[in-house]
Amino acid sequence: MGHFLPSNHSSKANTLTMSAVQETAFQEKIDAELKIEAKDWMPDKYRLHLIRQISQHAHSEVIGMQPEGNWITRAPSLRSKMVLIAKVQDEAGHGLYLYSATETLGITRSELIEQLQMGKAKYSSIFNYPTLTWADMGAIGWLVDGAAIVNQQSLRRTSYGPYSRAMIRICKEESFHQRQGYEIMSKMSNGTTEQQEMAQDALNRWWWPSLMMFGPADSESAHTSNAMKWKIKRGTNDDLRQLFIDRTVKQAELIGLEIPDPDLKWNPKTKHYDFGEIDWEEFWEVVNGNGFCNKERINNHIKARSEGQWVREAALAYSEKKQNGV
Amino acid sequence: MSKELLFKYVLTLGDDALILGQRLSQWVYKGPFLEEDIALSNISLDMFGRANLFLEYAASLKGSTTTADDLAFKRNEREFSNHILCEQPNGNFANTMARQFFLDAFYKLFFEKLAESEDEQLSAIAQKSIKETTYHFRHSSKWVIRLGDGTAESHEKMQSAIDNLWMFTDELFEMNEVDNNMLTQKIGVDCLTIKAKWDQIIDEVLSEATLKRPENIHMTSGGREGIHTEHLGHLLSDMQYLQRAYPDAEW
Ligand SMILES: [Fe+2]
Ligand SMILES: [Fe+2]
Repeated sequence: MGHFLPSNHSSKANTLTMSAVQETAFQEKIDAELKIEAKDWMPDKYRLHLIRQISQHAHSEVIGMQPEGNWITRAPSLRSKMVLIAKVQDEAGHGLYLYSATETLGITRSELIEQLQMGKAKYSSIFNYPTLTWADMGAIGWLVDGAAIVNQQSLRRTSYGPYSRAMIRICKEESFHQRQGYEIMSKMSNGTTEQQEMAQDALNRWWWPSLMMFGPADSESAHTSNAMKWKIKRGTNDDLRQLFIDRTVKQAELIGLEIPDPDLKWNPKTKHYDFGEIDWEEFWEVVNGNGFCNKERINNHIKARSEGQWVREAALAYSEKKQNGV
Repeated sequence: MSKELLFKYVLTLGDDALILGQRLSQWVYKGPFLEEDIALSNISLDMFGRANLFLEYAASLKGSTTTADDLAFKRNEREFSNHILCEQPNGNFANTMARQFFLDAFYKLFFEKLAESEDEQLSAIAQKSIKETTYHFRHSSKWVIRLGDGTAESHEKMQSAIDNLWMFTDELFEMNEVDNNMLTQKIGVDCLTIKAKWDQIIDEVLSEATLKRPENIHMTSGGREGIHTEHLGHLLSDMQYLQRAYPDAEW
């Protein structure tokens, strides 16, 4: 045994040096703004961080189909119906790109879906709020897709190649969604009194949850530091939130809607809007599963997937038969 | 008189696409997997696009200020003249695919004929629809085959979907006063002449799918005269809710 000790020891040391060298090279690549690709060496923690973040993003696209899907059959005109179906369909496509991007990291779509259904993987909490009126279709496009764009635009420069490319593709479609949502809001706020009330009410309900989409304040955010060092994240939660607010306030003014924040005020010194305190208690409640629709969203997902089980099995059985020449 | 008949003819084509599109749109996030959510949304979108073209044309024939949206959202059950098959509930995935397969096979043949219509607008819409329908038919017929020849469970589900919807298929080939008038004017399609080809397509696919063609089934019809199954009223009350609740609003 003693014989093996030294060599064993030195191989361990070698491994350590090896990985230290690799890690340095990895970080140098990132610092030089080069992309990390699926086959490149990467630290385990980087890989795990990406799997968590990209799959969470994929699940958000997919669960996000529900609140808007809720209004497809009731859309009030042929045009608005087609626009909404096409939007929800885009989100399904985004889910697909992102699941594929996650799969490059060595995990399968069905494993990811299982994590979602078991509650081990999260999705954006915004989708746990209910869509109550047609104006919510406007508010979601305008605010939720609007906030997603701010985040995704910054992620186009993320260090992981497949994720970055998925973001570039997705961003183009998201800006359509944002414009279409804003168009609904603008029509309604220029419409009948009832429509105006619906539009304002939707803004009141969706404003704060949209701000929460950027995640906890930088001072509280557990994942920010490594994510910034590895350039997975390219802007901090607070910076991105501020960017979204600055953009959106003017858009609300333009269509005569009032942002439900008495503390909202232009600050000429910082050249940004100051805003009121976010209700972080509500944020954590929803994140931890106690939002209005958490159970329903997951149950719907489980239901659709289990009802499709026999279809997937049949498709597999059929393609196996054909491969075997039966 | 003839304009009124043309209006009715176009309206039926619009109603079929509209009601089927509405049914398909109920699937958007409920399909067996994401790729299928996307496929069903696509077909639904094609249907609404087609409904929009037919209903806009119908609205222009009606004159005054009628719009396609008025026709879609402000008519009652008895005024809808779609084929009953289109309004049948989605059921499980096999039911949806059987419904789609019967209709795709029919419309594939129908639009090829309608493309020759002497009415330019109808001919143009038909030509556009042929391409879409070819894709729809490929999608639905492949699923009928996969499910029919998949597992024992899928075979049984697919067979019962075919059996349950068969009773609505004869209606597709019925010729009423409107159809006969349109045929005489070389505007409309003679559905009787496409029946044999439809039968042949259905038989080929069912046989590849190891499924049986139903026999001795009592056939139901009435949609063209505004007699529908009870499902249509619920579909409309959902679809027309906002337009009915806020008649002064524009969306
Ligand atoms: Fe998206
Ligand atoms: Fe979007």
